[in-house]
Parts: sequence; structure tokens; C-alpha cells
Amino acid sequence: MSIKKRKAEETVFKVLMVGACTVVSSSLFLIVGTIVIKGLPYLTWDMVSKAPQGGFYIGKEGGVLNAIIGSLYLAGGATILGLLVSIPISIYLNIYLKSGSLLNKSAKLAYDVLFGIPSIVYGAFAFSIMIWLGVRASLLGGVIAVTLLIIPILVRTLDEVITTVPKELKHAALSLGATRWEAAKVILRQIKPGIYTAILLAFGRGIGDVASVLFTAGFSDNIPKYLDEPAATLPLAIFFQLGSPIPEVQGRAYASALILTVIILAIVVASHFLAAKQTKHKI
Amino acid sequence: MLILSIASVSFVFLIGIGLYWRAAPLFEEQTLLSLFSASEWAPSKGQFGFYPFIMGTLWVTLIAIVVALPLCLLTAIYLTEYAKPGVRSVILPLVNILAGIPPVIYGVWGIFFVVPIVREYIAPQFTDYSSGYTVFTGGVVLAVMIFPILVSIVSEVLRTIPKELKDASLSLGATKWETIKKVVLKRALSGIVAATVLAVSRAFGETIAVLMVCGNVPIAPTSVFDGGYPLPALIANNFGEMMSIPLYDSALMFAALLLFVIIFLFNLVSRIVLHRVESKYSAS
Repeated sequence: MSIKKRKAEETVFKVLMVGACTVVSSSLFLIVGTIVIKGLPYLTWDMVSKAPQGGFYIGKEGGVLNAIIGSLYLAGGATILGLLVSIPISIYLNIYLKSGSLLNKSAKLAYDVLFGIPSIVYGAFAFSIMIWLGVRASLLGGVIAVTLLIIPILVRTLDEVITTVPKELKHAALSLGATRWEAAKVILRQIKPGIYTAILLAFGRGIGDVASVLFTAGFSDNIPKYLDEPAATLPLAIFFQLGSPIPEVQGRAYASALILTVIILAIVVASHFLAAKQTKHKI
Repeated sequence: MLILSIASVSFVFLIGIGLYWRAAPLFEEQTLLSLFSASEWAPSKGQFGFYPFIMGTLWVTLIAIVVALPLCLLTAIYLTEYAKPGVRSVILPLVNILAGIPPVIYGVWGIFFVVPIVREYIAPQFTDYSSGYTVFTGGVVLAVMIFPILVSIVSEVLRTIPKELKDASLSLGATKWETIKKVVLKRALSGIVAATVLAVSRAFGETIAVLMVCGNVPIAPTSVFDGGYPLPALIANNFGEMMSIPLYDSALMFAALLLFVIIFLFNLVSRIVLHRVESKYSAS
């Protein structure tokens, strides 16, 4: 092949690559743009400050405060529960176990696999646990399902953060006579910003997921006061309102979608700041 | 902590066992083969044919991969080989934000952006009438959803290719593109395949976004502009009423089990391959 042809092939593919890159990176703006254009005209103060009033679903007064609060409770509760489980696990895997051991390897593989399991399967599994235990659709059921969903996210993120801590730190602590538990505390202090990042990631996933809470959390127009009450969630509220034939209710779905998008983007921005802070903390 | 760690490993199997336990009553009535091949879905008559739903899932997933793979491959190559570090540090985070957008938002976007485009512009070129709620629409929305996973994993795989290999090829007179085509991509093939399998399994299990845009007709699609009804959508749509009809809940749990088993295997294989790729080059 002549050099001209070879150069031409290179140029063609370069153009294709830039094109592909533009498409891929602009899709975020397309999505957010569509949501903003659709949702902004319907966004009112009532939407975020009121629970549904009588006749809400035929277009009368009210807002989606019940769903916002429900989602925050759900994601918050699940994140706390998830941390209680995943911090000990990631400490054990990284500090107590040798890095080549069978349990370490298989646990990491297991979490990679669990990370890929879709939320609908977690929902179905949590639902069968609930039937077994005799729990009906409630805040508690939703928290269980979301906790199962986010534990793999937490463990994997913490794991990644812990591996960025230099091994020498652990060795120094141990050689000074610290127990492994005391060494773990040193490392935990070192990865504090990383833990916040993990929390935000898990919280964001928990607040946005529908399939896992569809059968486990139920739906309610009231803000839940106790764990055994059904709770509304923001994604589910969007989903239900969108199915309505009444234009006002559909409009509220767009506005709710905008609220959810804003929450998610705020979480993303916050975790970026924390990630920047973490690199600053490095020794 | 030891107990927690062991419990979490066995949790993978616990999910499988739990779902099997709930699905088991179905197997007493029907064989696995008849469940897969029957196309009649009438729960009230006790007929549970999964064929249309399996086909729906396959179509949507296939379209998603066909759309996403070339785009993401080109993007990942551009970002790792050609782009300046400044460009890369802007675009990669942008793509990763996509991973954080909730499925329901993708669904809303699909309804207002992709569905009208398919209905007004794309489908009329090929068929007489289409509502816009088709497996093609579902595939496009899914493709955008798997962008982040494909771009980030493929660029990571490409970054593990030793610089010496590329330098050797370049110094022998190959152009940069020839080096990429014949050296980099060849070396990275197993990693790229693994990333693709991972993305396929993500697309397989996606529920709400697909449910919102692909029509939910329980008939196996015959063209890309037919509606479809993927497995996860089946579970989500019918969970409310499943307790009232005998065996209905077992059938839905069987659908969940099916998803779990397929995705479990896909994930397991691709993760093992990816670990190999990583350790091979980090050791040398």
C-alpha cells in the first residue's frame, strides 16, 4: 500500500474517532438538557414542599415531598447499614489477610460479580426474604433491598481506596508494635475522604434505583414515620406519574425527574471535590 | 470480620438458592425445555412460555451492543492514544457521570428524545407505521447506559499495553493507526471481549429504562421496529398481581433466576479474564 493510502486510512479513522468521542461525551448533555427543558416549566415550590393532597393524581394540589423524604430515608438508612457491613469486610480483606490468600481472591471476585447483578434480581431476592420473614412492603423492606444492592459498591470502592494507601504505612505501624486492629485505625484515618466518596456513590445509587424498591418499599402518599410503613420513592413517583393520562400529572413527572437529576448531579459534584481533597491528603 | 467476609462470599450462592427455592414449584409442572420454547404467556391458564421474553431481551441487548461497541471502542482508542491529557481529564469524568444517572431518568429521556426520533424519522424509512416504542428504541437507550462501563474498562485495558511494543512498531515504519490496529488491538483483544461481555450483562438486567421505551408486547419481535418485552420488564410489570394466581410468582422468580444465572456466569468469566490481563502486565 502506498504511503498516501496509509495516511488516508489514518485520517479517516481519526475523524471517526473524534466523531465517536463527541457522540459519547455529548450524550450526558443531551439527557440532562432534555430533562431540564421538559421539567423546568412544571417545577414549583409546592412540588418540593408539599406531600400529595386530595386529588393529587387527577391534577390537583400537592407535591412530591413524600417521595423525596422517602428516598432520602431509604438511601440514608441503606448507606448506614451498608457501611456497618462493608468497612469491617474491606479492613479484614486488606489488612488482616495476605493479599494472595484464597479468601481474599474469592471475596474480591465475589464482589465484582455481585456488583454486576441487576437491581431487579436484588429486589426479587429481598422480596422472597420478606415473604419468608413475614414482612410486608415497607420502609424496612426497601432498606434491606437497597442495602444488598449497595454493599458491593461500598466494598469495591473502599477496597480501591485502601490499595492507594502505601503499604509502608501499615508495615511501619505493625513494626512499631501496633496490633493489626490499631494499624487498621491508622489506615482508616488516612482514607477518610475516600470513605466519604464511597458513601456518596452508594447514596446516589440507592436514591436513583427503582427496580429494587418496586416490590419491597411499596408506595404511600404520607411521609413514613416508622420502619414498618410503606414509603414512596422519587424514581417510583416519576414512573407512576408518567403513566397518567392527565397532562398536569405528567408535568409533575418531568419536574420530579428534574429534582432527581439535580440531586444526583449535586452528589457527583460533591464526590469530585472530595476526590480532589483525597489526592491532597496523600503522604 | 472473618465471618462477615465468608458470609459475603457465600451470599452469591445464597441469592441463587433463594430464587431457586421460590421458583421450584414451576419445575414440577413443566420441563425447562418447554418453558424456554413455549410462546404462550397466559398466567391465568397456567401457561408460562418464556420464548417471547427471552427473544425480547436478546434483541434489545444485541442492538445495544451493536450501537455502543464501535462508538466506545473508537472513543477509548482516541482517549488513550491520541487525545491530550487535558482532553482526557475532561471527557472521562463526563462519561463516568453517565454511570450515576438513575435508570428512570434514562427512561424519561428515551420517551421524549429517542421515541419521537424513531417514530418520525427512522422507522418510516423502513416500515409503514411504528409507535416509536420498539426494541430499537430500547437498544439505543441501553447503548447510552453502557457507554461508561465500556469506555472506562476498554481504556484501562488499552493503557496496560506496554509502550515498548508500540515504539517497536512505530520505529519499523508503521503509522500510528497501523500500530493500533495490528499491535494494540491484537494485544488488547481478550480485555475488550471481557469488557463487552460485562456490558452485555449490564444491558441484560436493566429494567426500568427499557420497560419505559420498548413497548412491552409479549410477542417475539420479528424486526427492530417491533415492540418487545424483555425479561426484567416482565418481572417488574407483573409483581403486583402475582400472588393472586397459582404458580405466577414461581414463574416470575424463575425469570429472576434465569437473569441471575446468565449474568453470574458472564460476570465471573469476564472478571477472571480482566484480572488476568491486569496481572499479566503489572507483573512484567
